[in-house]
Amino acid sequence: MLRSRHLLGIADLDAEEIQRILDTAEAMKEIAARPIKKVPTLRGRTVVNLFFEPSTRTRMSFEVAEKRLSADTLSIAVATSSVTKGETLLDTVRNLEAMAPDMIVMRHASSGAPHLLARLCRSAIINAGDGMHEHPTQALLDAFTIRAHKKRLDGLKVSIVGDLMHSRVLRSNIQLLNKMGAEVWACGPSTLMPTDLARFGVRPTTSIDEAVDQADVVMMLRIQHERMHGHFIPSTREYFSLFGLTPERLRRAKDDVIIMHPGPMNRGVEIDSEVADGPYSVILEQVSNGVAVRMAVLYLLAGQEAEAD
Amino acid sequence: MKTLLKGGRVIDPANGRDGEMDVLIENGTIARVARTLPADGAEVFELRRGWIVAPGLIDMHVHLREPGQEHKETVATGTAAAVAGGFTAVACMPNTDPINDHPGITELILRKTAQANLARVYPIGAVSLGSRGEQLAELGAQKAAGCVGFTDDGRPVATALLMRRALEYAGMLGVPIIDHCEDPSLKGDGVAHEGYRAATMGLRGIPGVAESIMVERDIALAELTGGAFHVAHMSARQSVRAVRDAKMRGGSRVTCEVAPHHFILTDESLERPTRYDTNVKMNPPLREQADRDAMLDGIADGTVDVIATDHAPHHLDEKLVEFDRAPFGIVGLETAVPLVFDRLVHAGRIGLPRMIELLSVNPARVLALPGGSLAEGRPADVTILAPDAPVSIRASALRSKSKNTPFDGWSLRGGVAATIVGGRVVYRNEQA
Repeated sequence: MLRSRHLLGIADLDAEEIQRILDTAEAMKEIAARPIKKVPTLRGRTVVNLFFEPSTRTRMSFEVAEKRLSADTLSIAVATSSVTKGETLLDTVRNLEAMAPDMIVMRHASSGAPHLLARLCRSAIINAGDGMHEHPTQALLDAFTIRAHKKRLDGLKVSIVGDLMHSRVLRSNIQLLNKMGAEVWACGPSTLMPTDLARFGVRPTTSIDEAVDQADVVMMLRIQHERMHGHFIPSTREYFSLFGLTPERLRRAKDDVIIMHPGPMNRGVEIDSEVADGPYSVILEQVSNGVAVRMAVLYLLAGQEAEAD
Repeated sequence: MKTLLKGGRVIDPANGRDGEMDVLIENGTIARVARTLPADGAEVFELRRGWIVAPGLIDMHVHLREPGQEHKETVATGTAAAVAGGFTAVACMPNTDPINDHPGITELILRKTAQANLARVYPIGAVSLGSRGEQLAELGAQKAAGCVGFTDDGRPVATALLMRRALEYAGMLGVPIIDHCEDPSLKGDGVAHEGYRAATMGLRGIPGVAESIMVERDIALAELTGGAFHVAHMSARQSVRAVRDAKMRGGSRVTCEVAPHHFILTDESLERPTRYDTNVKMNPPLREQADRDAMLDGIADGTVDVIATDHAPHHLDEKLVEFDRAPFGIVGLETAVPLVFDRLVHAGRIGLPRMIELLSVNPARVLALPGGSLAEGRPADVTILAPDAPVSIRASALRSKSKNTPFDGWSLRGGVAATIVGGRVVYRNEQA
């Protein structure tokens, strides 16, 4: 089981717990290979997917994971909920809680929003991405994918490239990879580096060639078109010329390098289509693994609830 | 009507007094201060050993929220909090609803003050109409109505030209311009100090230089115009340096204030004891240790003139939201004195006379108020301090209508024994 009844971030997990989630995910992955992809583990449990920010991949992934575990699920997207009527986050969630859900999976644009709910609500909270802070299940599925290919995490050179400042994927991945002993590099334009990046436990660089050189894993982050407005980058064209992952640049990496991307991708902005669709890309595997990892998280947290009962 | 304050240690830096003395109050004014005064028909207020008789404390940066935001605070609840915190007078900021840019609003505040009949209230008017930065408000009419200074607090005086004219015009009236120094483009939609802490927590940052750039602009304009410029709620080490340099150069009238949270807390409070606690969200934000230490140095070396609380009450409902949606600010009137005692005086950073300067003499000087002195003939605004009284801060027990404080549960040494305004005891702390 896990120490906390919530999954708010990688910050709250230790290496042993991460290991346990990844091992559990292996077992869950096997379910996806069966003709009947459903187990009764969460039968009678209610899981609410509360998405205050648009998301296709993560929300679908959680929904599939919940359904495979036989949970009753309810998905609420911001546009159809009452937050648009001026209701506070806390009231929205307390109203949901009046219907006695067991777990709430939430995505929110504000960093720390799940922490507020974890402090003030009864349900177990699973953070499906909060602002620029954390996206723990993404980091877990990334680790699962890396482990599947490399059989280990420690000692690997993992380079994360892109909009570092605004990325919750980066923040969760750095913590997880550090806890598991990988050597993490973070590469991006200096305007998009968080303050004191070196203190995060990474090797910062503005050279993608240096980042890719002898890398075991290259993880590309999405660069948003809005970034031109804060004077972060002059144009997506210049961004691609300085930071885009092309087949030429990839030659510096190890022969068995894998290329990852949390999605959604901007082809021709941060990644060349030839790389995204090429032999080293594991981007679609990440998506399938996401279901297994989320099943593992739901299962472990639900087990906790059962013990508490 | 006569009252004799007997047996305390009078600390009255404005008149060079420090020692065991009695203070006779007659008809609301200080009648005599001397070693041993006879009761002579006066009501005698026996002070405990170690208690201090100080000129009434003045908080020159307070948001009373009236008119328009009475769910957060009113003149009545705000002045009740003030006297409980040892303040005999407060200066209230103009970012009410509507903005105080008109004598009608100043008069309303003063009428409410008279009704509450607790602390004195000195309104600060808006520099520009609606604090929009477009057109100078009628500063002359506002001064005549009772304003003692001007600011567009909540936001900076928008342009260098407006600041220049405001300094020139207010200089003519003999009152200062108080600026909330912040470059809006650097602040952006920041919610916390730009540093390692905010970076790891995914909070948008406000760099220290967003403040100091505006401090430097305003110092240059104060030097150009000869007007008096006061830096509100200074938080960044770069700003301390700029003010210190300006004072060393001389030839300009630059003063500054620091709030207790900026010389006590740092951005570590974003994570501990509670992650994303909106009661540590204020503007300017809690900065890093080097900034906090620079505030302490500035307080000790005289760069900092005033300690002011930036008392910013907000309703619980407003604060109980996502961190980046919560309003900026915390209450401060009832926690300032214990924090100053515990963290500055008992910590050995400043002596008691310096404490009285920071909390009474200097704010009176900056705003040209009658207080800050126990000279015979002055209004008898007196704060009696109990330097060794144990104080436990409990948010629920605050007199302010709002309870948004990060100091809930803190145990401190040093508090207020009584507050006297115009010769009348308006607050007595039975626990002191």
